[in-house]
Amino acid sequence: MSNTAPSHAPTITRLPLAERLKPWLPVLLVPVLILLGFLAIPATSSWLTLTVSGLAMGMMIFVIASGMTLVFGLMDVINFGHGAFISFGAFVGTSVLLALGAMTGAPSLLLNLLAVAGAVLAAMVVTGGMGWAFERVIVRPVYGSHLKQILVTMGGLIVAEQLIYVIWGGHEIVIARPETLKGAFTFAGAALEKYRVLAVAVGLAVFLALRLVLRRTKLGLIVRAGVENPEMVQAMGYNITRVFVGVFVAGSALAGLGGVMWALYQEVITAPMGNEIMILVFIVVIIGGLGSVEGCFIGALTVGLVQNYAAFLEPKLALISNIALMVAILMWRPMGMVPVVKAKG
Amino acid sequence: MLLGRNGAGKTTTLRTIMGLWQPHAGEILLDGAHIQGLNPAQIARRGIGFVPEDMGIFSDLTVEENIRLAALSGQPIPERLEWIFAAFPALRTFWHSPAGTLSGGQKQMLSVARAMIEDRELYLIDEPSKGLAPAIVATLARALKDLKERGASILMVEQNFSLARALGDHVAVMDDGRITWTGTMADLAGDTTLQERLMGLKMESA
Repeated sequence: MSNTAPSHAPTITRLPLAERLKPWLPVLLVPVLILLGFLAIPATSSWLTLTVSGLAMGMMIFVIASGMTLVFGLMDVINFGHGAFISFGAFVGTSVLLALGAMTGAPSLLLNLLAVAGAVLAAMVVTGGMGWAFERVIVRPVYGSHLKQILVTMGGLIVAEQLIYVIWGGHEIVIARPETLKGAFTFAGAALEKYRVLAVAVGLAVFLALRLVLRRTKLGLIVRAGVENPEMVQAMGYNITRVFVGVFVAGSALAGLGGVMWALYQEVITAPMGNEIMILVFIVVIIGGLGSVEGCFIGALTVGLVQNYAAFLEPKLALISNIALMVAILMWRPMGMVPVVKAKG
Repeated sequence: MLLGRNGAGKTTTLRTIMGLWQPHAGEILLDGAHIQGLNPAQIARRGIGFVPEDMGIFSDLTVEENIRLAALSGQPIPERLEWIFAAFPALRTFWHSPAGTLSGGQKQMLSVARAMIEDRELYLIDEPSKGLAPAIVATLARALKDLKERGASILMVEQNFSLARALGDHVAVMDDGRITWTGTMADLAGDTTLQERLMGLKMESA
């Protein structure tokens, strides 16, 4: 082996500070929004309540949307049926919570959390299994065709919703939060709902766990590389189809977790609830940058905060706030906040 | 060495061997075993390393992550890594940088290094010198020659005849999807008339 140094010695050109900071600008969006909210909302206690509420809502949307953005990034699959996993997760989780009424009604935080954990586990197992079947039966035959994907996944969503009507009936189900998660506590003069604080903690834990897997494990490396260039990942010896099925199942299970969280947030569940949230989920996936978990996280928090601040400051504005946010962000960064480089197909 | 005009079918041949495209007819054997019909991941695990024409670099991953991904057995072997750093010092310099920030030449080095990180039965390398400055082509040539001297089999598509001549032992010339001539590199390099007849242009001399 020749150890001779090449004639073209590598050089490092330091980019100007503004250029180096450019990719990090979206990260600043959330603190800037919180600061703007602080300036615009007259009472600090209201601002604090709205901020926690916005973050909780954002975290729940992130949990639901994170799997969907990876599925889109990895295999270019648009899954309109993702809402079915949210609804199913909510119904399965609620059924478990109702069955564990003795645990949810006890004034013990441990018993309450155990009941919620049981509901979450059941919901994730069922929706993960559904995701596996959905991928094999509905999605796999239409790889590569967006129009067919939209049509068949919409069809899958309708079938899943009808299944909910068959299993649980057509009426909405009211679900009370576990005893120790009811009510609020006071912090700096603001009333903070206990459940919303828990939702923020769960969402943050999911984000950190996903980031850990994606950044620190070989599997994460394969997924990130697959989002960019699945063909090359195959040619390097990794079965991308198996990885994709795994991501699809994990994404469906996360939607199930989000469904349980959303059910306890709204305290009422209906069959079309998943489909109704999907508008927000699509906005988050698009403004985050298709395939980017980090972008999805920032996008979800931004959507949650904007919706809550707008609803307080100008209730009529809340109706269009998220669409307006999407337009503004896409004008600023047309590929989303954290764009994922895709290999030319 | 696989040579031929543009559109002769050289890249198609490599991609078909790799399982990225399916053959219409014929059979593909590796060490006497059929590999057509296997998916690219199975073919890669049979011991074929692939360096595509577009380099196939993962821009969002760092240089280190690109290399680590290529190590199918887990982590890159340190001795092997040192060999790669000696061949391509730029990769050590930019080890923690996103691969998307590398220059074209450095990306090609990374693409070749990824294939070299573990021993393979066969390396399929598609136009490694395409669009690169002569100094970088020389660096690549040294690395590929070293790889060959370690006993590796390389099937390379190359338009730069100087590089092809420096590395090639056996040559197959393709035209319109078929092999039209096979022989030794010495035979082809020493016969400019043959070069003109087979490839329709006079090759540059080294």
